[in-house]
Amino acid sequence: MKYINEFRDGKLAQGLARAIAAEVEPDRRYHLMEFCGGHTHALYRNGIMGLLPENIQMVHGPGCPVCVLPMGRIDAAIALANIPDVILCSYADMLRVPGAKGTSLMQARGQGADVRMLYSPRDALEIARQNPEREVVFFAIGFETTTPPTAMALLEAQQLELSNFSIFCNHVLTPPAMRGILAQPNVLLDGFIGPGHVSTIIGMQAYVFAAHEYGKPVVISGFEPLDLMRAIQMLVRQLNEGRAEVENEYTRAVPEQGNLRAQALMEQVFEHRPEFEWRGLGTIPDSALRLRECYADFDAERRFDLQIDNASDHRACECAAILCGLKQPRECKVFGTVCTPEHPLGACMVSSEGACAAYYTYGRYQERES
Amino acid sequence: MCLALPARVLKLQDANMATVEVGGVQKDISLGLLEDVAIGDYVIVHVGYALSRIDEEEARNTLAMFAEIEQRFCREDSQ
Repeated sequence: MKYINEFRDGKLAQGLARAIAAEVEPDRRYHLMEFCGGHTHALYRNGIMGLLPENIQMVHGPGCPVCVLPMGRIDAAIALANIPDVILCSYADMLRVPGAKGTSLMQARGQGADVRMLYSPRDALEIARQNPEREVVFFAIGFETTTPPTAMALLEAQQLELSNFSIFCNHVLTPPAMRGILAQPNVLLDGFIGPGHVSTIIGMQAYVFAAHEYGKPVVISGFEPLDLMRAIQMLVRQLNEGRAEVENEYTRAVPEQGNLRAQALMEQVFEHRPEFEWRGLGTIPDSALRLRECYADFDAERRFDLQIDNASDHRACECAAILCGLKQPRECKVFGTVCTPEHPLGACMVSSEGACAAYYTYGRYQERES
Repeated sequence: MCLALPARVLKLQDANMATVEVGGVQKDISLGLLEDVAIGDYVIVHVGYALSRIDEEEARNTLAMFAEIEQRFCREDSQ
């Protein structure tokens, strides 16, 4: 067992497709949000959208950290990279996203800034060790999956007394973002597919508020096509039976409590920001992390006295409505014309995991034919 | 971004590091976020860190249930 191909079997997918079709109530519409951008991508890439009954509508959530990072923060990272002696490191996805001034980190590199692509935050420590006379800044982004690795890297840097290493922290949190979506007026949403890898860290308890306070079922799902189809079936069943519970489809990887060691590390290193701006969704309280006071020496925002400007998306951009299930990408005037993956105007087009980008790459022709 | 892949642990090293194999490629990753990982275990790897250990029995149960669903819905259909 390699835990990949076994969960992509076409025959089993047919069975699940028929099971879903048999269970949906014909005169009911099901609005299901896959929160995670990885799920959005998997739904399109594997053709699952074409296997679902017409009355199941998938709403593509904001769970793509590259997409939801405000442009002002990208501009701040570019400003950092342009400081002489700074080496700015980040994940590949982050480097091609343009900021408010139309420039990306990749372009800044072309103009002479020292920007490096990382696989792991540990690589940034290695760069700091090899360049003691330079300032190495890790532009940290991501949900609860990348946050514990950032915490581990920081503690290792402290242990190694790497005084030339700092972190520009942009880590964001899944449950407050779900709450932020549920609090939007007119949101059209019946249940959530919970992000599988985030859940390996935070566990099942973190979603109970959605079920209990908002009456929305949550089913945590793996990333293979059979996982997603089974999660959709489980959501349909909960809705038909009038239940709102947190269930786990991804039992092979997600323990009920999550990863307690990782949770303790996050708690040790980070604290909640009172509020944080999400591109496409606006300001959401308690939805992001910053370094605790005791790690201030490693905080790039303080070390470089960073200015973060407000920068709003293009007025024609419909990202907010798309992320709340009120509109589909095709209903946005700029989709596929002015706003494309090469020149994204709004959050959902920014990375391959954004709703509009996935739709642009895999979905738009299928729908046109039908 | 949160794409993470199942990888098999080939070799345990010092300082909580391990060599794993994913899709035929070998990589050194950190096991610092997990406890008691053994050679031969599968772990979910993301940005160079193992986030979770895969439970083989749970995986088999899930696949058995998919097979049951397929049997039920595709067999009923052919009758």
